[in-house]
Amino acid sequence: MNWEAFWLTVRLASLVSVVLLVIGIPIAYWIASSRWRWKFLVEAAVALPIVLPPTVLGFYVLVALGSRSPLGRWWESLTGHTLAFTFEGLVIGSLLYSLPFAVQPFAAAFGAVDPRLLRASASLGQSPVQTFRRVVIPLSTAGLVTGFTLSFAHTLGEFGVVLMVGGNIPGVTRTVSIDIYDRVQDAQYASANQTALVLLVISFVLLAIVYGVNRRAGMVGPWR
Amino acid sequence: MRGNGAGMFLRLALVAMLCAAAYAQEITVAAAADLSAALPEIVAKYKSQTGQNVALTFGASGNLSTQIRNGAPFDVFFSADEEYPKQLIADGLADQDTLYRYAVGQLVLWVPNDVPVDVQKLGMQALLDPAVKKISIANPQHAPYGRAAEAALKHEGIYDRVSSRLVVGENISQAAQFVESGNAQAGLLALSHAMQPAMKSKGRYWTVPLDSYPTLNQAAVVLSRSKQQKAARKFLEFLRGPAAGAVLADYGFSLPAEKH
Repeated sequence: MNWEAFWLTVRLASLVSVVLLVIGIPIAYWIASSRWRWKFLVEAAVALPIVLPPTVLGFYVLVALGSRSPLGRWWESLTGHTLAFTFEGLVIGSLLYSLPFAVQPFAAAFGAVDPRLLRASASLGQSPVQTFRRVVIPLSTAGLVTGFTLSFAHTLGEFGVVLMVGGNIPGVTRTVSIDIYDRVQDAQYASANQTALVLLVISFVLLAIVYGVNRRAGMVGPWR
Repeated sequence: MRGNGAGMFLRLALVAMLCAAAYAQEITVAAAADLSAALPEIVAKYKSQTGQNVALTFGASGNLSTQIRNGAPFDVFFSADEEYPKQLIADGLADQDTLYRYAVGQLVLWVPNDVPVDVQKLGMQALLDPAVKKISIANPQHAPYGRAAEAALKHEGIYDRVSSRLVVGENISQAAQFVESGNAQAGLLALSHAMQPAMKSKGRYWTVPLDSYPTLNQAAVVLSRSKQQKAARKFLEFLRGPAAGAVLADYGFSLPAEKH
């Protein structure tokens, strides 16, 4: 078991799911409440990472954000290094990669809140922000837990993007999925199996949490 | 009528399958990633001469070898390190009499044009230049060129000073792509990559002396599980000929006969 890779992956998944909680909530709330006629285009864009192969994302992070592109050069002048082969690069790739797994459950939960409750809250003198904090959020906990857990689990299992932009640096970009891949390719099946089993158990527990939470709260799952 | 339609479809499908079987002459080759430009050219020549289709799969030699052990349906294996085919022969998975050493692989230090480092003058010491933030190599765990790169860095005595800046490609082609795309500023690559026209215009290279890493004896072998032994052996015969040899030489694979 490669603990360095394990903790690196946990760090990556935690950071990504926390950031997605912060940026996912406003996006999801907008999706749930907007009546803009072109909203479906935004929804489609958010859902893209579900269907796109990770190689597409990896390719763009590597080439479009590499040191030859204006965007990459801007990032380099800001931080002194390119996005590829860094922990930040993996964070940015994973944010894009796991975005729908946070936003979709959030939006589904927000959309399921009875609009009469929102009107009642407003008629009692609560501002929209207060209504959101005191009515919408408490009624959406199952969806928020689902989105947070799914984005964590999805980042934990990320492979293709990391293989393409990570550069396999121990302690920086060598995640557990890469570590398992290397061991399997090297025919070290016993140690690959150890790590794979740990990942399997963790993923099962995370998904059990998702389904458990949604069983109690009724149907507010990512798949509705 | 519906039953008739289905029957017709089945018959057509059967005919199509029989035709496919009759034409399934294609042989499948697993090859070290350093051959990614040379081998397609050789295959094109072979096809125009014989009509034989050859499907190519590239990867790190170690990875391909593991795949072959797990039953991958390849007919021929080109390895950047002779040890892999030799182990396959020892385990009864490849045929000793077909083992052919086709080249000695060469490692080069490659830098893109926009990195202001004089590799010709400095050699490996160029890697200590602060402009070189990342150095790409192939994965030493399963790519022979990765092991050669590690050995060369240790031979030069700079491994400990550069190890924190190493980025590891899954195979030697990915290592080349890391520098070629500008994400790394130097790479220890295969000479065959540096010789590709696309790479020639984008950077410069310095050939790492052969005595600073274990010789990369490269060898091809026919796999025992292949159902097309004859076609596979014929392709390896072509590889020994002058037409294939010229292509290999174009990409810097020095042939054993020329070496001394």
